[in-house]
Amino acid sequence: MVAEKTVKGVIDRISGPLVVAKGMLGASMYDVVRIGDIGLVGEIIELKDDTASIQAYEETSGLMPGEPVIGIGEPLCVELGPGIIEQFFDGVQRPLVLIEEAAKSPYITRGINVPSINRERKWSFTPKVKQGDKVVQGDILGVVQETVVVEHRIMVPQGMDGVVREIKSGSYTVEETIAVIDGANGQHNVQMLQRWPVRIGRPVAKRLSPDMPLTTGQRIIDTFFPIAMGGTACVPGPFGSGKTVVQHQLAKWAQAQIVVYVGCGERGNEMTDVLLEFPKLEDPQSGHPLMKRTVLIANTSNMPVAAREASIYTGITIAEYYRDMGYSVALMADSTSRWAEALREMSGRLEEMPGEEGYPAYLGTRVASFYERAGRCVVLGNEKREGSISAIGAVSPPGGDLSEPVSQNTLRVVKVFWGLDANLAYQRHFPAVNWLLSYSLYTEKMDEFWNEKFDDEWSSLRIDGMTLLEEEDKLKEVVRLVGIDSLSREERMVLETTKSIREDFLHQNAFHEIDTYASMDKQFKMLRAIIKFHTLGMEALKKGVPMNKLFNLPVRETIARMRYLEEKNISGIDKIEDQIKKEINDLFTVGGENYAA
Amino acid sequence: MPPKNMLPKEYQTLSGLAGPLIMVEKTTSVMYDELVEIRLGNGDLRSGRVLEIESDRALVQVFEGTSGIDIDSTKVRFLGKVLTIPVARDMLGRVFNGRGIPIDGGAPIISETRLDINGVPMNPYSRDFPSEFIQTGISTIDGMNPMVRGQKLPIFSGSGLPHNRMAAQIARQASVISGHTDFAVVFSAMGITYEDASFFMEDFRKTGALERAVMFINLADDPAIERITTPRLALTTAEYLAFEHGIHVVVILTDLTNYCEALREISAARKEVPGRRGYPGYLYTDLATMYERAGRLKGRKGSITQIPILTMPEDDKTHPIPDLTGYITEGQLILDRGLHRKGIYPPVDVMPSLSRLKDKGIGKDKTREDHADLMNQLFAAYARGKDAKELAIILGEGALTEEDKAFAKFSTEFENSYVRQGEYENRSIADTLELGWDLLTMIPAKELKRVRDEYIEKYLKPRVGKN
Repeated sequence: MVAEKTVKGVIDRISGPLVVAKGMLGASMYDVVRIGDIGLVGEIIELKDDTASIQAYEETSGLMPGEPVIGIGEPLCVELGPGIIEQFFDGVQRPLVLIEEAAKSPYITRGINVPSINRERKWSFTPKVKQGDKVVQGDILGVVQETVVVEHRIMVPQGMDGVVREIKSGSYTVEETIAVIDGANGQHNVQMLQRWPVRIGRPVAKRLSPDMPLTTGQRIIDTFFPIAMGGTACVPGPFGSGKTVVQHQLAKWAQAQIVVYVGCGERGNEMTDVLLEFPKLEDPQSGHPLMKRTVLIANTSNMPVAAREASIYTGITIAEYYRDMGYSVALMADSTSRWAEALREMSGRLEEMPGEEGYPAYLGTRVASFYERAGRCVVLGNEKREGSISAIGAVSPPGGDLSEPVSQNTLRVVKVFWGLDANLAYQRHFPAVNWLLSYSLYTEKMDEFWNEKFDDEWSSLRIDGMTLLEEEDKLKEVVRLVGIDSLSREERMVLETTKSIREDFLHQNAFHEIDTYASMDKQFKMLRAIIKFHTLGMEALKKGVPMNKLFNLPVRETIARMRYLEEKNISGIDKIEDQIKKEINDLFTVGGENYAA
Repeated sequence: MPPKNMLPKEYQTLSGLAGPLIMVEKTTSVMYDELVEIRLGNGDLRSGRVLEIESDRALVQVFEGTSGIDIDSTKVRFLGKVLTIPVARDMLGRVFNGRGIPIDGGAPIISETRLDINGVPMNPYSRDFPSEFIQTGISTIDGMNPMVRGQKLPIFSGSGLPHNRMAAQIARQASVISGHTDFAVVFSAMGITYEDASFFMEDFRKTGALERAVMFINLADDPAIERITTPRLALTTAEYLAFEHGIHVVVILTDLTNYCEALREISAARKEVPGRRGYPGYLYTDLATMYERAGRLKGRKGSITQIPILTMPEDDKTHPIPDLTGYITEGQLILDRGLHRKGIYPPVDVMPSLSRLKDKGIGKDKTREDHADLMNQLFAAYARGKDAKELAIILGEGALTEEDKAFAKFSTEFENSYVRQGEYENRSIADTLELGWDLLTMIPAKELKRVRDEYIEKYLKPRVGKN
């Protein structure tokens, strides 16, 4: 895509990140422009006669009316090609490391223009097609090993279907031609570097509904509120309830091949944390550092507000590109509320008629169309590869009140809801996902999947667990009103078990080297042990065993500590079940008491 | 900023006044954010900055307020530069007003270096992660919500609570375990009373902290609009001291509520579409541009630790000011009226308080290996104890199980000996940790699920044996 038409206008009005320019006839909506003598990047968001309203992606202080505005006739694009993984970009895909070099300062100064993808680096390109092969959009021309775990597949770009006239092999930069295709409308030179406008979703051949779980190693999520590969989820919660830790945990342990993490209007230190930690952490699937599959995009809360709006789109477009290669991609956006606020701020400056709480009326459509870009699908190309994007958005509702517009519009589209609870967070019960509030519409489908793996035991265990937790809620109400003595022995047993589910299973310490991740095998065994104690204990109670003897059995402490068992030792949990059986049986015989009679 | 060498131009073309804003007509070559000098008919000088420009009209915000400004005789000069402050190391020990002019009778600051007070966003790539534990000598902070250098940890308080005393105590006692280093306090007061301001000044003077402090004071009767500038002057000074001179700076900003009110005033005068409770929709972004100036930088010695103080209207944590602050800062310390009424100082309610960076600053080689487990256990036990006490109020003590009784007793003792401490009592982190273990002996060992076995062996068992 070469610049076809340049438009030159002049600044007329400046109000924060909004710049209005006159003489912009010929520019199109969402075109990128360069503003002023220092060339700040901006995007046209409203056109009226020859007047264009532009959102500036950089601080506008110092601009003057009369300075030039130059449109290059191209919408906001991201650059796609090898060299994206392991990078740390800002909201408009400028690598932050290059910004540091260009600015010669630890601060992001203005008017910096750096390439998104390294132009000098040579990649070893291995062709996958031969001369004379017929190729269509999305077909893989060849591959490049981008990182130790990611094979970057170079695909035929849009509109370049045809016959391969020439294909190269060897070491090339992203700008060198690696293939020549004879198309219907002439010859195309294909480079590894491609561009795509961020606001337009990349096309797919066919959309599928998700049917596989995206495991995350987080017990409350995988067991009770699972997300499917290609599914959508949201994590709303008041501040301090651990949204960001949940997002970080998912970015670390989600079983996706590529992770795109968008820090949108959040804290700078949090992004630094990810940047420092991910290269050190090992991915349990590949055994390589997590960073080798991760792309980071950061627009922290103090960076220009318009670029915050763009960062979400930059992220999802990169995710789509890797999906098109046939990967399962997980996208985390923390936080979509900040993105919505950026929309609101621009809308206010454009003097649009506000909707609810000052948000623009099109908020719902924007939120929905963002989540709609996620999903599982057959991607373009003859090969019929399958790829997926799972999108997980954090929502920061003011005051934790979910009735606000961003939460409501999000809940309308996403399939999984992990509701974070301030009270759980105060008790330091993390992840503070409230089990009575949250839901997942994928549960039944995932049950089918896990039942196959765990001999049909899975769904009954999960349902037992959840039923007990719901019963606990009712019983607690009774206790609050008339005291614990009013409960029957069986009801007391329920409370004991749910306490164990809460404290020994649902509570998970993200900062404990072992507890931070639990495989599905481990989750299954842990839950089975807890339910086993419940079933056997219930029987024993019915036969007259005293409560305090049962509740104080030493095995209960073993149960409490099973989450600290390393993955390689989880067969130890099976032994706990034997121990449960033995200790409960001993209650009947030891001490000469015979309750069974 | 590109050099724009033109002579400052003077206009006498005011066309309107509204609140703190004036509209100037027929302007040419005015920059967005440009600094403005306003000369009143009676010769008074005021300053302001450009908020919006449309063709040949400029909207100017007057820092000192618009009272006394008239349309025909007022002259406006655009100075061709944005608002900057001269910075120097000599600023230590000095007191300035909310516009950065010395009010301690000393000489003005003369410096080659003038910095834009709006600052520039730190590149997240260039940040260094804060991980150096600061010992404040206050158990509820050090033990339960540990603070690290480069963190922004606000105090959410309410009218009538001792947040000032606590902030002064932190400023006085804050030190780092690894030893003595270059340390300074930058203090920014926005719309606080003379009494509050003099409390800080007196306290700093008494303890000798004043010579290591820079103070920017905007009092309650100073122009409200000036409050928008005051914290930015303080933060710009802090950045200079921290990253040019390698000083560890603690910035105390008080009271953010007054700042936000001033922001709302300007927004209303501009007739902007209001967000929640009339505050502008960009309140989050505006606060973030200040709070995010805390931190550390790779390869630089200094750091900026921020302690913003805000009084929650009606003690309501969901009010937009504390709410948005909580979403930006790395945790919060919440003061509780109930504890204050019981006469407990500092009345920190540890349950909703949180330090997000605690995990990076504690543990082996930083504080002590058992710190994290102990902290989690104390939280869990205190929460359970409070629940039990609530239950006892409804149903009577008899309704509690033996364990719940133990937890209830624990929570009372926790408030009385752990939370409560003297205003001049400087507890070392070791003392705080030991105190925590002492309290845990009140609870049956099998209930201590948050602590690793080896720590129970090492720290708890010896005590139980002793008793």
